[in-house]
Amino acid sequence: MTGDTTLTGAELELAARIVDLVRRQAGASAEAEVMVGHHAEALTRFANSMIHQNVADAVTTVRLRLHLDGRTAAGSTTLTAADGLAGLVERVVAAARVNPPDALWPGLTPPTPLYPASGAHGSGPHSGLDFGFDETTARADPADRAERVRAFVRAAAGLETAGYCRTVYSSAAFANTAGQSVEGRSAEAAMDGIARYRGADGVARLASGRLADLDGAELGARAAAKARAGASPRELPPGRYEVVLEPEAVADLLANLAAYGFNGKAYAQKQSFAEIDADQFDPSVSIIDEPLGSRGEPAIGLPFDLEGTPRDWLVLVREGVTKAVTHDRTSAAEAGATSTGHASVGSRTWGPVALNMRLEASAPETLPDVSSDDGPVAATARPLVERMERGLLVTDLWYTRVLDQKALVVTGLTRNGVWLVEDGRVVAPVSNMRFTQSYPEALSAGMVRGIGGRSVLQPDAWSGVRYAAPALHLASWNLTGNASG
Amino acid sequence: MNHFDEASAAVQAALDAGARYADARVMVRRTESMTARDGDIEDLSSDESAGLGVRALVGSGWGFYAVPDLSTAAAQAAGRRAAQIAAASGLVAGPPIDLVPSEVQVASWESACEIDPLSVPLSTKGDLLVRATAAAKEAGADLAEAIYQIWDTRKWFVSSEGHRIDQHIRECGAGITASAYGDGEIQRRSWPSHRGQYATRGWELVDEIDLVGHAPRMAEEARALLSAPLCPPGETTLVLGGEQMALQIHESVGHAIELDRILGWEAAYAGTSWLDLSKLGTLRYGSDLMNITIDPGIPGALGSFGFDDEGSPARKRDAVRDGIWVGVLAGRDSAAVAGLDYAGSVRSDGWRRLPMVRMTNVGLEPGPHTLDEIIANTDDGVFMDINRSWSIDDRRLNFQFGCEIGYEIKNGKLGRMLRNPTYTGIGPRFWQSMDMLSSETTAWGTPNCGKGQPGQVGHTGHPAAPARFTNVRVGVRG
Repeated sequence: MTGDTTLTGAELELAARIVDLVRRQAGASAEAEVMVGHHAEALTRFANSMIHQNVADAVTTVRLRLHLDGRTAAGSTTLTAADGLAGLVERVVAAARVNPPDALWPGLTPPTPLYPASGAHGSGPHSGLDFGFDETTARADPADRAERVRAFVRAAAGLETAGYCRTVYSSAAFANTAGQSVEGRSAEAAMDGIARYRGADGVARLASGRLADLDGAELGARAAAKARAGASPRELPPGRYEVVLEPEAVADLLANLAAYGFNGKAYAQKQSFAEIDADQFDPSVSIIDEPLGSRGEPAIGLPFDLEGTPRDWLVLVREGVTKAVTHDRTSAAEAGATSTGHASVGSRTWGPVALNMRLEASAPETLPDVSSDDGPVAATARPLVERMERGLLVTDLWYTRVLDQKALVVTGLTRNGVWLVEDGRVVAPVSNMRFTQSYPEALSAGMVRGIGGRSVLQPDAWSGVRYAAPALHLASWNLTGNASG
Repeated sequence: MNHFDEASAAVQAALDAGARYADARVMVRRTESMTARDGDIEDLSSDESAGLGVRALVGSGWGFYAVPDLSTAAAQAAGRRAAQIAAASGLVAGPPIDLVPSEVQVASWESACEIDPLSVPLSTKGDLLVRATAAAKEAGADLAEAIYQIWDTRKWFVSSEGHRIDQHIRECGAGITASAYGDGEIQRRSWPSHRGQYATRGWELVDEIDLVGHAPRMAEEARALLSAPLCPPGETTLVLGGEQMALQIHESVGHAIELDRILGWEAAYAGTSWLDLSKLGTLRYGSDLMNITIDPGIPGALGSFGFDDEGSPARKRDAVRDGIWVGVLAGRDSAAVAGLDYAGSVRSDGWRRLPMVRMTNVGLEPGPHTLDEIIANTDDGVFMDINRSWSIDDRRLNFQFGCEIGYEIKNGKLGRMLRNPTYTGIGPRFWQSMDMLSSETTAWGTPNCGKGQPGQVGHTGHPAAPARFTNVRVGVRG
């Protein structure tokens, strides 16, 4: 993975050096911010029950944003030797001098300490905080990942399998001319795989800050059970169905709500459904963004954003009421709010997005005790399925795209297993179906019939992103077509 | 300055560490992008990335490692690390991997470029976006956004078989979007395409697009859409404009003919394909009008190159001829598994990523008609163009696409504007219903094709022209 996972202060020192270099070239009035980020990602990918792609890379990227005489420019380089850095500064200073004026410049993050994390273990030598950083995950090697893949494949007991095991180590330091100076590091692991049986796929997916939490055999067995239970599906007519969405599907709801609903730029531009302090969801719905980890689970991202703003927990929805949207400094200035620490590369253009959302699970004592292992049903979904008279159990959603951003009407397909449920029991596998559904409408008052008692950490295709998702029982889901059209 | 020595050092180190095949690419890429909103610059970034990626085959296991350090020592270490990773792949090994033969190439290639986009002053480029968005705003847009993007890539490729290829590829493009806000809804119009038009060309492309000249019409149409009737649901004759046809080709043909998907290598993420290799050469994909080619040699198209990232030269190949499926997008290893004798469609999106099967330019050969003739010959139907949303299943069969704008067609003429036009279908059934095809072809560029784990963003080209399809379900809504 990487040779060094200790914060030595070198990245912070480099960031400060570049800030000084900018001051020398652009003058004392220049407002500059520098992020020095190291990212080492390794991913062992398998298909047809063999490892077919096995990759790793490690890169340090220096990003500079400069505001000079009312004009702004930014740039980055992976060339971190002296001439590469000098070239970056020269390029960005030159761009800032000729670029048209920037009326949207929100100013720099003032000196602000990082937030302590209640679940944090240990402390780093410079930030004083480590947010549960797991050294073993950061230092995982190809054999560590391959062994988990082997366990997954074996647990599928002869079924064709495909997926990946990923480990990531990130560290970064930030400095700006306003005096903000912070650093941090994180580690992340994820496993995502399918098993295939007679044309049916079953999936199992898990994210963690600790590679040790990923049990390839357990995940492989779960995927295989789903695949076996999904063989010979039947088609159902399109229409509105009651559904229980499993955590994999719920993660898609959270991802789209984050990108289009709670996106502070979309909110400021009136392209989002979100209205602060409005009853927009069922009272059982509470959603938070938790970039610092929680409940003993380490953070998988850095404790500050690209503008150096410390990240913190952010309640987006409390008991059905929208309480906040995510901001970087630009969208915050436009909305008359403060940054919530969600600046990223491109957030000024595409908007700031929550990357670590959690849909709060129900208190387990409010759910029926269902201990039986019902084939394809995830544990968190079992109490919900038992209460469903007639409807569909949906494992996963796929290729979801927004048809109407304001109402967040999304079309997509089911994937990796759908079953018809009658009288609380799975009675038959069903072919994949297309849906066209407003996500806020599906979660609105009276439409949420139940939320599972345990969240499952779901990885995203992109590292640094994960969702804590319980199963979700919804009164209505608009299925607009089946596999044959 | 070239980087063949560093790439060679990486390859040799991988061989010394036990690899039976290795290749390495050094890539140096400069990118620049700017966005503007309502007459103000929103973001400008000028980025540079350089590094080396080395791929090693040990036994039947691949390994890939990438580093940003271009020193000889770092290249050698990367080669050894790639071999080490490949050896770990052997823990869960499959059948032996072969590579179809590749004629050793020692060559150099450069894309054509009249005006180096990075040499155009930032003030000029910024002024263009400011003026375009201001023009749309003045014409009634509630929100006007514009973007340009530039990529300047140099790469040096070396393989253990003797390839030594350097390439210089310049790409750029731009677009504008005007949005109008109504009661609980937003309508949008884009020029010249959803997210803009892109090509392996210089700034002359952006000059031709004329963002400022088209901005007012985009604003006016977005505003008009707010009061237009909804596209009525039902089954009808559908005429698609060229830009939407490019998306249709990309999603329901281009991805479906990727050999790695057909072989199951993308099963867990991007998905598989409905295509069965045993039917290559006999399966009817579409009507006789459907002729799809894979052609990375089209001058200026976004998926063009001299050689792919395995060193295979750009060659034109049929994918669908007279409606029959006859070809795939392949790499050297996937072709060997499938028993095919050609590769040529493997690329990565940068030095940090493993080369994989990607679309090049996958496009539809021109038909015998014009758009005017198609409309004149349609008694009752709907015309749609400019993609707004796209969704398709993991086998590339069941799709639902939405467009920015539609018009009803009555008695051979365009009628009322329609808002929120969508259509849905099953790939081969849809393509077999294509009964008229225009000759008015444009090579549309798609700069945002996602695939792979870790994710890669590919640049693909799609020659496409307006076409007509029968008995299509339209007007699907939530």
